[in-house]
Amino acid sequence: MRQQLPAELIKAHAEIRELARNYGLETFDLIFELVDYNEINEIAALGGFPTRYPHWRFGMEFDYLNKGYAWGLQKIYELVINNDPCYAYLQTGNMIVDQKLVMAHVYGHCDFFKNNMWFSKTNRKMLDEMANHATRIREYQDRLGVDRVENFIDACLSIDNLIDFYSPFVQKSDKRPMVGYQEEERDEASPHRFEAKGYMDKYVNPPSFMEAQRRKIASDAEKNRKFPAQPERDIMKFLLEFAPLEQWQREILSIVREEAYYFAPQAQTKIMNEGWASYWHSTMMTQHVLKDSEVIDYADHHSGTLGSRPGQINPYKLGIELYRDIEERWNKGKFGKEYDECDDQDEKRRWDKKLGQGRAKIFEVRKLHNDVTFIDSFLNEEFAEQQKLFTYGFNRRTGMYEIADRDWRKVKEQLLFSLTNFGQPIILVEDGNFENRGELLLRHQHEGTDLEYDKGIETLKNIHALWTRPVSLLTKYNTQLKLISFDGKEIKERDA
Amino acid sequence: MITGIKRDHLRFKQIVKGKIKQNLKRFISQGEMIGRRGKDFVSIPIPHIDLPHFRFGKRQTGGVGQGEGAPGTPIGQGEAEEGQAGNSEGEHQIEVDVSLKELAEMLGQELELPRIQPKGSGTINSSKYRYSGINNVGPDSLRHVKRTYKEALKRQLMEATYNPEDPVIIPYKKDFRYRVWKNVTKPENNAVIIYMMDVSGSMGDEQKEIVRTESFWIDTWLRSQYNDIQIRYIIHDAAAREVDQHTFYHTRESGGTLISSAYRLCNEIIDKNYPASEWNIYAMHFSDGDNWSGEDTKFCVDILRNDLLPKTNQFCYGQVESRYGSGQFIKDLLENFKEEERLVTSKIENKEAIYRSLKEFLGKGR
Repeated sequence: MRQQLPAELIKAHAEIRELARNYGLETFDLIFELVDYNEINEIAALGGFPTRYPHWRFGMEFDYLNKGYAWGLQKIYELVINNDPCYAYLQTGNMIVDQKLVMAHVYGHCDFFKNNMWFSKTNRKMLDEMANHATRIREYQDRLGVDRVENFIDACLSIDNLIDFYSPFVQKSDKRPMVGYQEEERDEASPHRFEAKGYMDKYVNPPSFMEAQRRKIASDAEKNRKFPAQPERDIMKFLLEFAPLEQWQREILSIVREEAYYFAPQAQTKIMNEGWASYWHSTMMTQHVLKDSEVIDYADHHSGTLGSRPGQINPYKLGIELYRDIEERWNKGKFGKEYDECDDQDEKRRWDKKLGQGRAKIFEVRKLHNDVTFIDSFLNEEFAEQQKLFTYGFNRRTGMYEIADRDWRKVKEQLLFSLTNFGQPIILVEDGNFENRGELLLRHQHEGTDLEYDKGIETLKNIHALWTRPVSLLTKYNTQLKLISFDGKEIKERDA
Repeated sequence: MITGIKRDHLRFKQIVKGKIKQNLKRFISQGEMIGRRGKDFVSIPIPHIDLPHFRFGKRQTGGVGQGEGAPGTPIGQGEAEEGQAGNSEGEHQIEVDVSLKELAEMLGQELELPRIQPKGSGTINSSKYRYSGINNVGPDSLRHVKRTYKEALKRQLMEATYNPEDPVIIPYKKDFRYRVWKNVTKPENNAVIIYMMDVSGSMGDEQKEIVRTESFWIDTWLRSQYNDIQIRYIIHDAAAREVDQHTFYHTRESGGTLISSAYRLCNEIIDKNYPASEWNIYAMHFSDGDNWSGEDTKFCVDILRNDLLPKTNQFCYGQVESRYGSGQFIKDLLENFKEEERLVTSKIENKEAIYRSLKEFLGKGR
């Protein structure tokens, strides 16, 4: 199926590999494979991997990609897997200049995978791991039936965004239980004893009653103890540990969760990663690789990649521009107290201390940041103005999205909001024993934007399928706090 | 064994088909897919299949963009306004192409229709062109690029002019290869459907919509049963004439109703073009049942008994209810042809009745 690279591409690869090394990019071994459009759509539909567990959603994605290609709406240029060795795919029939561009771009990605700290906890043998997952789920399907397993996977996938993106970096010492000042309360928790003379005691405080009281107090204390002790962000983990699942269900949930964590950093660093790769393809292509005859085609495709439509941020564009801005600022010394406190705009513009630290700085940035901290640390007024960034909002009166503001602080705030938690709502497990009936209470940490109602209900139903007891969600609609519950039969909603 | 994406794709299509089947009853009576009909397929809108997630409602979020424009400049159309957060308007739909053959199959399963036993088997030959081979002469429009390339490659390898480092292939005239076709003839059962419709003043748009929907499904089913099918259209009020499909559905006359005129014309068409021994003939008549006179009804019964019923596989009469109520004609037919299997009558009061009426028309397997 996969074809060997033709001689000219092998030559191009060697050239780009050498260039990347000289520029200081540090990558896993990169293996390029040549595939036709059908195969590239196939691999893309499977999230970049040649083998995934069986699921209809991959088929849907494939259908969509194939139609998109057939109608000329879209085309996949590059596809690269975070794995050691790193696999990347080239499409047959692309012009040689495109193939070179893709190779250079992929070297950027691969360097990013290897060095960015948010990727440091990802499994670098994911290619094998995905194949293992596939085998296990296929076995379950053979044993338990396709529908049953697939329905369960559907439920798991429905909550695959409800994980804690920072948890891979938190070292939890689960072994040491949290013991606090509850010990003293314990003493008071024995039943009240009336004063009585010794021989009257068993009549005033009958032992059977005392025993019953002791048990009641103990069970009350049990009820009052919070579970989970802290609200839990990783709802998948919580369900994995506490939902009454069968072994195969536990296994599948854990597979879906593992894959969600594997893909999380890619969503967390979309702007940085694409920006970094674009920075490098542009640098390598324009400084070394391009032949005169290829310049026009290169420029055409490069601008196609970086073009942005109004109302949309192109991560490639925003990323590359911000890296370039950082590079320039650190080359010229446009940072630090002295620069920030300078009031003379003209002087600021001409500022150049000839530090030449730009390259080193962006290498450092690509190591330490994710999109949120990247934007937070480096997007400043000059940049927002120069890039013509704006915020937009929906105008109910005209029914249109309209430009709202060009104030850079608002732009930054909005951008950060859309990137925090990948622009996903934050949902926590508040109580695993809600109403003292083993029900599950989830809380939406409302930050000004309501949840989409219908999808929310469907998701709640899916969580119910896992938890099996009634599930409730605390959220706000139109600033009114609401409790939405699903008990397996109907949705109930009340103000809370 | 099918593996990888093909299996997933198949599974996806299965799920989609499942959705269509679930909703087929609704599709049948609403006829919303008829406007989306291509040559061999219809595109059916079904609700987007999705894995639900907790996510933000679109409206309130807004975002960040890049480009020119002062505050207030519109940058894109929002979706239709909704009253209250919570009800989701504008749910995205996907359109799925389903071939008419598959659709007929689903219809057959849904209505439990028996397959039709055609009569007069194999008396008509049909011919088709098939590509059957490769030749080294032919018109440019039939040039086989891949074979040509291979020939050129072979030649260049032999001539040692092929350089793997610079794999450029230039075909000469003698490398060119062309497709050759053959004429294949095959005996087939042929069928014709003759639709007749009352277009007198009492038949309104709603009634015509019912006829249109009903005939779409009849077409779809019969097409799946025969290789080739011809369709003729007759409209009538006090007089009948043959028309094309568009006219059939869009004509409105104001005159009275003489049903026999249509039956007579139908009989003429059959006699002229479709000898009953060789053709499977289906006649479908839709009316609101208000024939002008009892005498004309008598004519109709005569034509049916002596001509149409012996010649056709089945004669269907569908009576739609107009705003003036339902007429007498269906009763007259039933009285006169109690024992006649080839005559099928059906009352179609409203759109919901289409489902049942299709079953009555097609359930005989004739």
